[in-house]
Amino acid sequence: MTFPLNLEALFGKPIMFLIFGLIGFAFGFVLESSGFGNSKKLAAQFYFKDMTVLKVMFGAIITAMVLIFMMVGLGVLDYNQIWVNPTYLWSGIVGGLIMGVGFIVGGFCPGTSLVAMASGKIDGLFFVLGGLFGIFLFGETERFFDSWWQTSGYLGRFTLMDWLKVPTGVIVFAIVVMAVLAFFAAEQLEKHFGNRDLTKEPKKRVFGAIALISMAALVILIGMPTTEQKWDKVAAVKEPALANREVQIEPAELYKTLYDNRIKLTLLDVRDEADFNLFHIRGTQHAPLSELPALIPDMVAHSASNKVYVVTSNDEATATQAWKMLTAESVPNVYILGGGINGWIDAFGKDEPTIQKVTFPAPEDQLQYIFPAALGDRYQCSDPNPIENEELEFTPKIKLQMKRDKSGGGCG
Amino acid sequence: MTVQTQSQPTSRWQKFWKRPTKPYIHPYAGGILLGIVLFAAFFLTGNGLGASGGLNRFVVWVQDAIAPQHVDTTPYLLKMAGGDKDPLDDWIVPLVIGTLVGGFASGWFSGRLKIETNKGPRISKRQRWFFAFAGGAIMGYGARMARGCTSGQALSGGATLSVGSWLFMFAVFAGAYALAYFVRRLWN
Repeated sequence: MTFPLNLEALFGKPIMFLIFGLIGFAFGFVLESSGFGNSKKLAAQFYFKDMTVLKVMFGAIITAMVLIFMMVGLGVLDYNQIWVNPTYLWSGIVGGLIMGVGFIVGGFCPGTSLVAMASGKIDGLFFVLGGLFGIFLFGETERFFDSWWQTSGYLGRFTLMDWLKVPTGVIVFAIVVMAVLAFFAAEQLEKHFGNRDLTKEPKKRVFGAIALISMAALVILIGMPTTEQKWDKVAAVKEPALANREVQIEPAELYKTLYDNRIKLTLLDVRDEADFNLFHIRGTQHAPLSELPALIPDMVAHSASNKVYVVTSNDEATATQAWKMLTAESVPNVYILGGGINGWIDAFGKDEPTIQKVTFPAPEDQLQYIFPAALGDRYQCSDPNPIENEELEFTPKIKLQMKRDKSGGGCG
Repeated sequence: MTVQTQSQPTSRWQKFWKRPTKPYIHPYAGGILLGIVLFAAFFLTGNGLGASGGLNRFVVWVQDAIAPQHVDTTPYLLKMAGGDKDPLDDWIVPLVIGTLVGGFASGWFSGRLKIETNKGPRISKRQRWFFAFAGGAIMGYGARMARGCTSGQALSGGATLSVGSWLFMFAVFAGAYALAYFVRRLWN
């Protein structure tokens, strides 16, 4: 079994909401227990007197991070099915600065103001009311800078690993070490500005730090699963679908899907550039096998239940490899063009005089047609006539599925 | 013999609500516990934690009840409540309700349920309420602009190593530290 679970499909919506409610309960309980219902304690962070905010926040981040990536490394948790906040550089930074101002003026952040209000703090109540007003104001003013907000500095699902080109474990380890150093610095600041007696601090915290650093080191050792390892894990379930030809759609189905407005279809041509230039289906994106991994983060981040990917190659061999790669990486709704480009031309290019079928059997995954020129998608059968092909018969195989409720992460 | 009846709650009802006040848990323990909650959220559901997104949905729910046409013509609101869409039909709504109940439960459990106003010694309660409201409004505006608050962006995106979330986190601290000196009268 792999996590995260598809809660809605497993238990139905009420139970799913109950689980989220219980997570929220634990969240609120821990926040209040840590003193986050008290605005004075929160604000003291910014005068170096009481660094609880930093300790709890970074403590939580590194704990969750180490556990997440350990589970990902062990193959129990699928990172591609976890919501990673997409990066919108400038709106994130400007919004963050504004939030910082709100934090020091109001003494809370939204989550902490909720527990403050719930435990009877009147300033918490006023903060929540203010927060609702600010949210309302944003909804009403967003239209004036919609384009900036939607696009400025947009980098999609962009992780520190993608940015620094360093293995995940190394990033995890470095962040844990930096957090421990920050805790040490925070304690020194508290001693200086808040007159805290560090000798009274529990000695156990040193062991905690060592434990976390060791676990982070373990994450490096375990490493992250490769695409091949991920495939091995799902192969038992997915191989039968391949063998039973459940995912190889007929050219006619692909053609009809191109005209289906309910489906957002992306056609990926995984052949080499020479073949692609000779002939391809109109609207195809050229994505040779070697460049496919770079496209996966975007496919994962923008998965939607009506988004379908169809991979094509000359016959099915390379396309099947691409299908395995994408399926292993949890890209939903991926299909193979059955018979490949050869099958497509068989179906739609019979009457095209310039394209000739070779008489001898072509080697595997090679074009079986000879083209007079590299016209790409300017052949007739690159974009068959919809009137002539109004009636087509095929066995429909495309089934739309969504792995989980992905209405957004944290604060979507 | 005098009996101090006023300070000692006698009835069971009073005893139930006035539990002995406990100190806050150690920040590192709080961090580890919060981290486990955050991990559990990702592990089970694939989503992290959040707060402002849930509040946003309550605001839009009210707007949709009062002025549905306005909601249907505003792109930002459309996504949450356009047409027949129910803005409260989202995982973050039970999460936020749970957070409120959890905060209340913890306050009760540790004897910290108390109607009070926490403020610096040099300002009045009314001033504190005013600044809490103003700060909340600024925070709410900024949180929606940044597509998430401290929980939804900093904690959730921080733990899953999103570049944007880490930059966001530094921006929040930078904004707060930059202004802290000028508003020190509020807190010290």
